[in-house]
Amino acid sequence: MALTVIVLTRSRNLFTVVVLAGVYSFLMATALVALDAVDVAMTEASVGAGISTVLLLGALYLCKSEETKPVRKPWLPLAVSAAAGALLVFGTLGLPAFSDPAAPIHTHVVPRYLNDVLRETGVPNVVTAVLASYRGYDTLGETTVVFTAGIGVIALLRRRRKQPGAANKQDAAK
Amino acid sequence: MSFWSHFSYAITIFLMVAGLYIVIARGNLIKKLVGLGVFQTSVYMLYIAPGKLIGGTAPIIDANFKVYSNPLPHVLILTAIVVGVATLALGLALVVRIREAYDTIEEDDILASDEGEPGGDGQRR
Amino acid sequence: MRHNLVLRVVAKLLIPFILLFALYVQFHGDFGPGGGFQAGVIIAAAIIFYGLIYGLDAARKAMPDRVVETMVACGVLIYAGVGLAGLFLGGNYLDYFVLDHDPAHGQHRGIFWVEVGVAVTVSGVMLKIFYMFASRGRDPE
Repeated sequence: MALTVIVLTRSRNLFTVVVLAGVYSFLMATALVALDAVDVAMTEASVGAGISTVLLLGALYLCKSEETKPVRKPWLPLAVSAAAGALLVFGTLGLPAFSDPAAPIHTHVVPRYLNDVLRETGVPNVVTAVLASYRGYDTLGETTVVFTAGIGVIALLRRRRKQPGAANKQDAAK
Repeated sequence: MSFWSHFSYAITIFLMVAGLYIVIARGNLIKKLVGLGVFQTSVYMLYIAPGKLIGGTAPIIDANFKVYSNPLPHVLILTAIVVGVATLALGLALVVRIREAYDTIEEDDILASDEGEPGGDGQRR
Repeated sequence: MRHNLVLRVVAKLLIPFILLFALYVQFHGDFGPGGGFQAGVIIAAAIIFYGLIYGLDAARKAMPDRVVETMVACGVLIYAGVGLAGLFLGGNYLDYFVLDHDPAHGQHRGIFWVEVGVAVTVSGVMLKIFYMFASRGRDPE
């Protein structure tokens, strides 16, 4: 996965970038299965590797597929990223170890979900139950976000009357 | 505290920094969106990895299992993924429009053509 | 690609199964992994696949724009409607216990309809976005 990301950063052909992004999503989905997040992995595989790739390719078809050589030296962004990374590493030193049952994440609300979900909702898949029932408002808002994004894309890409003289006028003004 | 106990954080941070670097350093707008995606997946890792319990199983209640991984991050990330693809689509739509208006998707070229013609971006649609 | 026989036949064979799998994911989501989001995306992916192989016009004929746009709005309405139904039956907004005599059954029913709403919206939005990008690419500048 790390290798894919490095090649992703270096590669300048956008087609390669898009396909690698798909590969990367699929690897991420595999990692998520290993981490027991089957629902998430399924979504990631279908959304990240499927739909995103198709959309990126569609956009690529409309644009140029070759990235120009960067003019500036990448040292400043590299330094900023490295600094951010160092800060984050410093931050993790205080976090609980991997798979620690006493970590706060496992002790707070989750036992209630896990113990009562079958009695209260009759749905064995806890993820579905929490998604649709306990956190129904979240999901409603989230569906609305997807809806709004759809409307936004329609508003942006709806075929509009093209002024035929627009490009020429611009040239004439120069 | 050993190295391996924080290995998942190390992966997360590596991905996050890589995504950040792509977003800052690259001028190409589609490349920037891909970088944003990488950054986003690193956040998925950040949430999901602490929820895993070794020896646990996926959070689907069954009589045969006693230990389950934490379902709450899964729910949050599930919605995050779908919102992520929706925003990606919106970003791509913007890129396509920019490409139609400026005939380029390189940030430097866009800035250059804006400076060459001050106030011109309002009428060019 | 539109004239490749192998692709066309394989696509025709596969698409029903993809749709069936989407329905399985949708309705079995209570017991196994799955749910509205995944099902919606898989449905959209099946139709996008159809569109890629057979051309955009064929997909548009199978799934007209008007239907897709209606789906986008209807999903949110179904979701909000479940909440309102709970309100009318004497509970709180998005409170599923009142939807049936047995509270657990009511929950089950509420979750079911909410997932349907999510699936409809998600697949509608994904399809619509695909149509927008694809149709934009085809018109000559």
